[in-house]
Amino acid sequence: MTTIDRPVLVLTDHTGDAVSGYTLTTPSAQLLTLARGLTSAEVIAVALNPAPDLDALGRQAVARVLVPDLGAHSPRVSAVVTDALAACVEQIRPGVVLCVANYRGREVAGRLGALLGSGAAVDVTSLEVSEEGLLASKSALAGSWTTCLRITRGTPVIALRPSVVTEEDAQAPTVPERVNMPVSFSREAEGVEVLSSAEQVSTGRVSLAEARTVVVGGRGTDGDFSPVEALADALDGAVGATRVCADEGWVPRSIQIGQTGVSVSPNLYVGLGVSGAIHHTVGMRSAAHVVAVCDDPDAPIFEICDFGVVGDLFEVVPQAIEALEQARGAR
Amino acid sequence: MRIVVCVKHVPDVQSDRRFEDGRLVRGEDDVLNELDENAVEAAVSLVEEHGGEVIALTMGPADAEDALMRALQMGADRGVLVSDDRLEGADALGTALVLSAAITRLHGESPVDLVLTGMASLDAMTSMMPSALACHLHLPFLGLAHELQVEGEGPWTVTISRSADGFDDRLRATTPALVSVTDQVNEPRYPAFAAMKAARSKPMDEWDLDELAEVLHVDDVEDAFTATRVVAADAKVREGAGTVVTDSGDAGKQLAAHLLEEVL
Repeated sequence: MTTIDRPVLVLTDHTGDAVSGYTLTTPSAQLLTLARGLTSAEVIAVALNPAPDLDALGRQAVARVLVPDLGAHSPRVSAVVTDALAACVEQIRPGVVLCVANYRGREVAGRLGALLGSGAAVDVTSLEVSEEGLLASKSALAGSWTTCLRITRGTPVIALRPSVVTEEDAQAPTVPERVNMPVSFSREAEGVEVLSSAEQVSTGRVSLAEARTVVVGGRGTDGDFSPVEALADALDGAVGATRVCADEGWVPRSIQIGQTGVSVSPNLYVGLGVSGAIHHTVGMRSAAHVVAVCDDPDAPIFEICDFGVVGDLFEVVPQAIEALEQARGAR
Repeated sequence: MRIVVCVKHVPDVQSDRRFEDGRLVRGEDDVLNELDENAVEAAVSLVEEHGGEVIALTMGPADAEDALMRALQMGADRGVLVSDDRLEGADALGTALVLSAAITRLHGESPVDLVLTGMASLDAMTSMMPSALACHLHLPFLGLAHELQVEGEGPWTVTISRSADGFDDRLRATTPALVSVTDQVNEPRYPAFAAMKAARSKPMDEWDLDELAEVLHVDDVEDAFTATRVVAADAKVREGAGTVVTDSGDAGKQLAAHLLEEVL
């Protein structure tokens, strides 16, 4: 595969805080794994906290970690992050800039693309370096099409969907050099005041956007998510919900999947009491394997699933969990 | 309060959406982007409360006027369509550049206090346009509002609540500002017959690129609006669709067996 001869600049996300320390997120490790394959030059990370996870970055063979001085500015503001990233771009002159396609990543990609006069693509599922420039593939029209975009101008800015690359440690780990980076902030960054910013309460399960397995409850649960949670735990997956469940107040909005919620691209998607309306399938159609239990035989989800059960989820799911546990016990 | 609300005319999500020659097929069954209805509703409600004017703005082919008409029916006061053959194939960032020029021209007529957009358009779903537009206009950007409060009387204080990436945030800015809204921010009104009739007599402008020349400075028009080009578009067929069984007492076991064999 052709590679670029300029560094790749990767905007990384960390979880944690100053007291407990910061941990590189899995989607960021995936970005770095992808970045290594794109370039014959260095992979350079940008971290938005004062104490980046140097061990994890070293395992990904990151050469340098740029730490922009955010001062009193919040990394929750996309203009702040973009200004910081733009300062790094100016310093490094990378061949491509990568970030995670979460909400902030999409905002940053749009803003940085506009600022640099560069082409940008979000929700990208694969990247390839070609003679004519960078080629980015993504799914389109609710996952029913795949498109390939060529970035024709500037420094390409790419937001990669979580889970489309498997994170792998580099053969030769590095000890990344930490470089502080001064930033001058724009009027637009100064103009946004963060009144409050609270991390949503963790469920103790793997996060939805990163999960390899997602078990989703729909209207058919009637608000009882216990089978959904039990199956998610049996499969070591995350719990998601359709919009109606959030509208009804059965679940927090943060686990809503679809058009205005979280987009997921898991290996396994399990829909329980989900009929598969178009607004929901937008968020799940790129799943590698789709399984569904729904009592409506005409539900659209049965047209796109790999294995479907027409039945009562409150009977089918407990039986499935029991069978899974038995099979595991027998191993 | 003078509000510009940016809207898009997109293929109905329920229609046969497809690409031909790398381009999304438009003009068959197009509607006002559903997520923009929330932006129009927010704009109209704010002007009902604070007084002022709502201008609905779009970029697109001639029939994108239909999306503006819908916005006028919902209570916008004026429509502006930017339409030019040279804009064909423009991507999200190209669109942001053109819309920023149109807003700059409107601002020159009389100051614009607030720019509102939906969180995404349902055709490309990139969500990049609003933050890129704010960048070009040098406006503070409050994205993904599921709650929107506006207080004061010129300049106004805009406060939003949003939930994104595992955080609940409250953000504030002073007008002029740019806000994108989600579909949870309000319930868009359904226009009554009288409103639909009244919409037909509201002003509708159509501008081409030459009319934006004073505020839009690009050397190479085609290059400026299409920094990404679709080189391939393929319909995706989901493989393995699907074994569907009807539960007769052992479907849970079958489901487990399927997962153990095929996935786990």
